[in-house]
Amino acid sequence: MATRTDRAVPTVAAPGNGDDVAIRVVDLRRRFGEFEAVRGVSFDVARGETFGFLGPNGAGKSTTISMLCTLLRPSSGTAAVDGFDVVAQQTEVRRRIGLVFQDTTLDEYLTADENLRFHAELYGVPKAAVGPRLEQVMQMVGLWERRTSLVRTFSGGMKRRLEIARGLLHSPRVLFLDEPTVGLDPQTRSHIWGYIDELRRREAITMFLTTHYMDEAEHCDRIAIIDNGEVVVIDTPEALKASVGRDRVQLQTDDNERAIDLLRERFGLDAAISEGAVTVHVAEGEKFVPRLFAELGIPIRSVSVARPTLDDVFMAYTGRTIRDAEASSGDMLRSSVFIRAGRGR
Amino acid sequence: MTATTTTAAQAVAGVRVAGGTWRDDLRAVRMVWKRELIRFSRSRARIVTSLAQPILYLFVLGSGIGSLAATGATRGFDFRTFMFPGVIALTVLFTSIFSAVSIVWDREFGFLREMLVAPVRRGALVSGKAIGGASVATVQGALMLFFAPAVGVPWSPVLLVELLAIMALTAFALTSLGIVIASRIQQVESFQFIMQLLVLPMFFLSGAVFPLTRLPHWLNIASKIDPLTYLVNPMRRVVFAHVHATARVRAALLPPVTWNGWAVPVWLELLMSATVAIALLLVAVKLFSHTD
Repeated sequence: MATRTDRAVPTVAAPGNGDDVAIRVVDLRRRFGEFEAVRGVSFDVARGETFGFLGPNGAGKSTTISMLCTLLRPSSGTAAVDGFDVVAQQTEVRRRIGLVFQDTTLDEYLTADENLRFHAELYGVPKAAVGPRLEQVMQMVGLWERRTSLVRTFSGGMKRRLEIARGLLHSPRVLFLDEPTVGLDPQTRSHIWGYIDELRRREAITMFLTTHYMDEAEHCDRIAIIDNGEVVVIDTPEALKASVGRDRVQLQTDDNERAIDLLRERFGLDAAISEGAVTVHVAEGEKFVPRLFAELGIPIRSVSVARPTLDDVFMAYTGRTIRDAEASSGDMLRSSVFIRAGRGR
Repeated sequence: MTATTTTAAQAVAGVRVAGGTWRDDLRAVRMVWKRELIRFSRSRARIVTSLAQPILYLFVLGSGIGSLAATGATRGFDFRTFMFPGVIALTVLFTSIFSAVSIVWDREFGFLREMLVAPVRRGALVSGKAIGGASVATVQGALMLFFAPAVGVPWSPVLLVELLAIMALTAFALTSLGIVIASRIQQVESFQFIMQLLVLPMFFLSGAVFPLTRLPHWLNIASKIDPLTYLVNPMRRVVFAHVHATARVRAALLPPVTWNGWAVPVWLELLMSATVAIALLLVAVKLFSHTD
């Protein structure tokens, strides 16, 4: 995953300077009966920024985004989008936002074109502008040729692209994407991200997205890690990873307990069993591996080295992996190096 | 940043969204209405199957009951002529409720959310849905008019216009009722209950298939509460104004709807129905203003 050092990272606007702030959230809370889903969240999103909410399912991401989109009333606290209060100035907010929801919200019995025209009419897009704008957004997501097809004939990825096009149709100031790639296959996911990245370059738009995919959060300018309804930390992906600092080395041996002892004795490292492997954190993983083979003294069956990922960041700030945090698993750790040593040496 | 966004690659810049005026709401009403028509015109199978049931009632049930009734007071009169307005009401009833309850499907498939989050008044969305559902139901009911001559009802222009007008009112009232119900239903499965517990009783109690004379007291009361009664009766009266029937037949098949012995005039029936329709629409708007 390419990091975005080429892109200037907007900083948090100074409080009170409303012009640079696309979204301002102050101590936002929402409870459902006894359960408090969002517990006092505060943050600012600068104009033009792509801001990601990262956290496990059930962390409060969708609840927060629903409040920002005026679909859910906050229990307390305030939120403003483009300077308009999400409770008191609902219509103003709605006019300025585009939404791409987790689940599809298209009319499958209408064509792609009809779905977009429906949206244009409801959002009051000037009549003369509807045609050209429609073509523009459909070209952008590569669906212009399919505009007269019924949406029910579209694949999951095409539907999501159409929703992105629709979300952009009325030129919103802020585009909200709630888990924009959930339920899509990896290839389609990367295509969707291609469109989103393209969009960032072409339209000066603020994007607010939620995801529980670590790799996707790296597309953001800044990330807020949210867990149990609270924002744990907010920073750029690079800064967050730098704050964790070290590479993760995981090894399998014939005697993992002994390996942990040896790592302490010979390298002075604190190792622990994590995800079924002996895990240590070191500054430069690749350089550590040859030393490990030379000096550990017991046979090593396999080694993997991983750069600090947002998984590690999440772990460092919440004390658990995002996979442990939610029931579902399946996201593979992206290893930059994977070495499989010969067995039973 | 201004209201318009610029793109590097294309000349078409972003659009400026107006909004908030009655004109914008009107556009929304029109579009929601148009969507109903588009969806209706695409579902040819639904149009045909929706006609099957009323045709069955008219030609099978109508002929059957007619053979029974042939010995009584209505001897010599085609019973299907009596059934005809009732069967039109049936068509309009089913289509209206079905159109309105499609909101539940919209909720299930997410499209309702797309509508609810738009910067337009909920009233505009609900009105569009009501007018759309009513249009579709009126068209579906109008298709039944093709069978009029087959059951002894002439294709008189005046009659057709009168019938269409009452059909439109019926469709509007029932669609509004359907929207009120739909606002409270969360699951598609509940639709079956609505059909069995509300729609069919409404149909049978309205006098659509048999005259509301000599009913047991409790059924008599129920039929007077049924709003459809006050729409079937006017429809039947305009039909009977254009067919030949003896006084005896009229007395047997065309009893007025009475309240404690007082015959409710047709104009009052229609006025009440229109009032109920508008009241239901307002309730629907209110209910939808409170959904998420």
